[in-house]
Amino acid sequence: MKYITLFICMLLLWLLLTFNLHSANIIIGIVASLVVMMLFGNKFFKDWQKFYNPLRYLWGIVYLIFFIWECLKANFDVAYRVLSPKMPIKPGILKVKCTLKSDIAKTFLANSITMTPGTITVDVIDNHLFVHWIYVSSQDPNVYTKKIAGRFEKLLKKVFE
Amino acid sequence: MNSFSIALLIIGVTFDLFGCIGLIRLPDIYNRLQSATKCVTLGTCSILLSLFIHYGFTPVGIKALIAIPLLFFAATVGAHALSRGSYIYGIKMTDKTIRDDYKKEFKK
Repeated sequence: MKYITLFICMLLLWLLLTFNLHSANIIIGIVASLVVMMLFGNKFFKDWQKFYNPLRYLWGIVYLIFFIWECLKANFDVAYRVLSPKMPIKPGILKVKCTLKSDIAKTFLANSITMTPGTITVDVIDNHLFVHWIYVSSQDPNVYTKKIAGRFEKLLKKVFE
Repeated sequence: MNSFSIALLIIGVTFDLFGCIGLIRLPDIYNRLQSATKCVTLGTCSILLSLFIHYGFTPVGIKALIAIPLLFFAATVGAHALSRGSYIYGIKMTDKTIRDDYKKEFKK
């Protein structure tokens, strides 16, 4: 079943990428998806059942809208810091605790943190993220954990866990 | 519709320019990566989106739309790998740095 889920995902991506429905094109897509399925099937997510739960996709769309808004804010923030003559930066690497458990949720959290205001994930060790912050506004662990990871964790829990 | 796509194109090029200015002005590699990932990713995504609006649901437009998530993952994973790699290699952070939690973890 895990293999079939990967096969469906790959075939959908192929059809979108080529965007025509000739029979020859579909056959090539099926062959290519089969090859990918054989090679990488056992590296696919362990909990494939989550792919067939429509509620997760709804939360995914909510998350996407929230994420795009945060991303736009991030860009104006960084553009302001780059363009202002004084360059108001106060960089540092902080240790942030995350409560998510599955690997895919952690990956998405780290990627979201990289795209939001002034933060880059440098490393993930067990349950701690190491985040480079361009402007460290507070050094209290509770405050910065909430500021960096808190807003995404609630939504990501609903999508991936 | 055409003017909307041109507006998106102009926004995209402007943010790409900001990203490049940041790449020159900011002091060390970690700060430079910040501007290189954020501004350049949004700028390029904006250009691709304007391409999608201009061409609509044709093969070219759909390809531009699919390129956006791929670019997102490539930029974030690339930034992570570059920053981690340069820390392990031993590149120092700028003098303005006020805190470094990663150092303790790294010495173990």
